[in-house]
Amino acid sequence: MDLFLNQLFNGVSLASLYLLASLGLALSFGLMRVINMAHGEMLMLGGYLAWATLLVVPGAAGILIAMPVAFVGAAAMGGVIQTVLIRRLSARPLDTLLATWGVSLVLQQAARDLFGAVGVEVRAPAWLEGSVELAGVVIPTARLFIIGVAVAVLGGLALILLKTRIGLLVRAVNQDRMMASATGIAVGRVDLAVFCLGSGVAGLAGVMLALLGPVTPSVGQAYIIPAFLVVVMGGLGSITGTTAAAVILGVFAALAQLFVDVSVSQMLLLVFVVLFIQFRPQGVVAVRTRQLDA
Amino acid sequence: MTDALLEIAGLSAGYGGSRVLWDVDLNLMRGRATALIGRNGVGKTTLLHAIMGTRLASAGSLRFDGTDLSPLPPERRARAGIGFVPQGRHIFPQLTVMENLETGLSARGGRGTGGVPAHIFDLFPKLYDIRGRAGGFLSGGEQQQLAIGRALAGEPSLLLLDEPTEGIQPNVVQQIEAALAHVRDTLGMTILVVEQYLDFVWRFADDYVAMQGGRIVRAGKVAEDPAAEVAKLVQI
Ligand SMILES: Nc1ncnc2c1ncn2[C@@H]1O[C@H](COP(=O)(O)OP(=O)(O)OP(=O)(O)O)[C@@H](O)[C@H]1O
Ligand SMILES: [Mg+2]
Repeated sequence: MDLFLNQLFNGVSLASLYLLASLGLALSFGLMRVINMAHGEMLMLGGYLAWATLLVVPGAAGILIAMPVAFVGAAAMGGVIQTVLIRRLSARPLDTLLATWGVSLVLQQAARDLFGAVGVEVRAPAWLEGSVELAGVVIPTARLFIIGVAVAVLGGLALILLKTRIGLLVRAVNQDRMMASATGIAVGRVDLAVFCLGSGVAGLAGVMLALLGPVTPSVGQAYIIPAFLVVVMGGLGSITGTTAAAVILGVFAALAQLFVDVSVSQMLLLVFVVLFIQFRPQGVVAVRTRQLDA
Repeated sequence: MTDALLEIAGLSAGYGGSRVLWDVDLNLMRGRATALIGRNGVGKTTLLHAIMGTRLASAGSLRFDGTDLSPLPPERRARAGIGFVPQGRHIFPQLTVMENLETGLSARGGRGTGGVPAHIFDLFPKLYDIRGRAGGFLSGGEQQQLAIGRALAGEPSLLLLDEPTEGIQPNVVQQIEAALAHVRDTLGMTILVVEQYLDFVWRFADDYVAMQGGRIVRAGKVAEDPAAEVAKLVQI
């Protein structure tokens, strides 16, 4: 029973990572219908930025400084990719896929050349090293922290989307791009802002990964496949759906690991999503956007 | 500065290989309402989209208030002062009525300040009552009022409307008519309205242009030519 509860909790913390890794994909797919194959490298970038920040600012507060640094760094990189590549290829989705895949390979190789293939270690601050006991389950503080960050990011996103002017414009472009532009909304700038925001969140995810293990040039690759599965299962672009799918898949993967090893559990994850989509092609949450348009 | 707010010359447009508009010339005079009429499929909607920039013209020139519109994307045209009420209304379905109106403020660019102008609720009091409701749940008449309100929120100098009375009950049609006459008469707004329902436009418009097969075949003043005669001529 304890083992089960423990793994359930691990599932929730895995879900938090899945969510942080997939939110950006879901946002930009929802808005622009593009898939950024280099999204995983935004995680990697966030991880290396966390490592670099901690070299400069060691100590308890380092990780708290690393988070905005990684967010801004990944957002800037995302902005460059969007401006230089994705925007220019917007009419050719297949070319976007190939071009961003190329970017992904280039970024991985650059990391290998700069920091080596072995990877670097980020030492979590002392206040994240312990564990707390909750209902008989021993929970590592770092994992609790990751869950807290995911919840905060989700809340922040909801606040931006629902309560700010830019959020209103994002929703308008999402629901009817033609009408949004005819209403005077600078749709290109809205696209860019959303892409930067999504990349920034992925950068944050990278910091969280760095708390759990070494940062390697291919660290993003391990999370990008589950992130894609989350987006597909979540109904392609809906934030609520993405969140629900992240929780379901995180818990599923963690519980599967009670019986099989990690790589088999990843395969089971894929099978699970394929089956799920057979029965519910619209995803966990049916997106009402677009269909309601006259 | 000429009397014409919008000058269209030699405009052609189409979809893929098929051409829909042929060499359209049209001048819209400041502060006047022009009715654009014609049978289904003659290209009325296409012409409005070409003006708005949501469909690009393949040839010809578009001058608005002296500036060349051709290189501008739709949002820049909206900010230059063109408001658009499209066929089918295109309300943002998951935004509330108030939020839909607020999107319209984007068109102001640097002009004007403050929130949604109060006179929109004077013209369409119903919108105020339902301001918190999602756009997708409104009735057709409510959506049409909202689409017009959203365009007016941007304080345009030219208002394009595509069949605003399509499927709307008579008392709402009257309200729309009063609203359009009001913004023309008090704000000096220029209006181009596509309409099948001639009685409606003949009550408040100043000029008309009739299209056939993607060309403008007749133009005149509504006071001089009876609606029935024009209708017969262009086979509506
Ligand atoms: N997206 C499109 N792709 C291809 N052809 C189109 C498209 N939209 C319109 N057309 C064609 O262009 C022609 C003109 O269409 P348009 O919508 O401008 O006509 P309309 O005068 O507004 O008609 P209605 O009175 O029915 O609204 C029609 O033959 C139509 O089939
Ligand atoms: Mg039409």
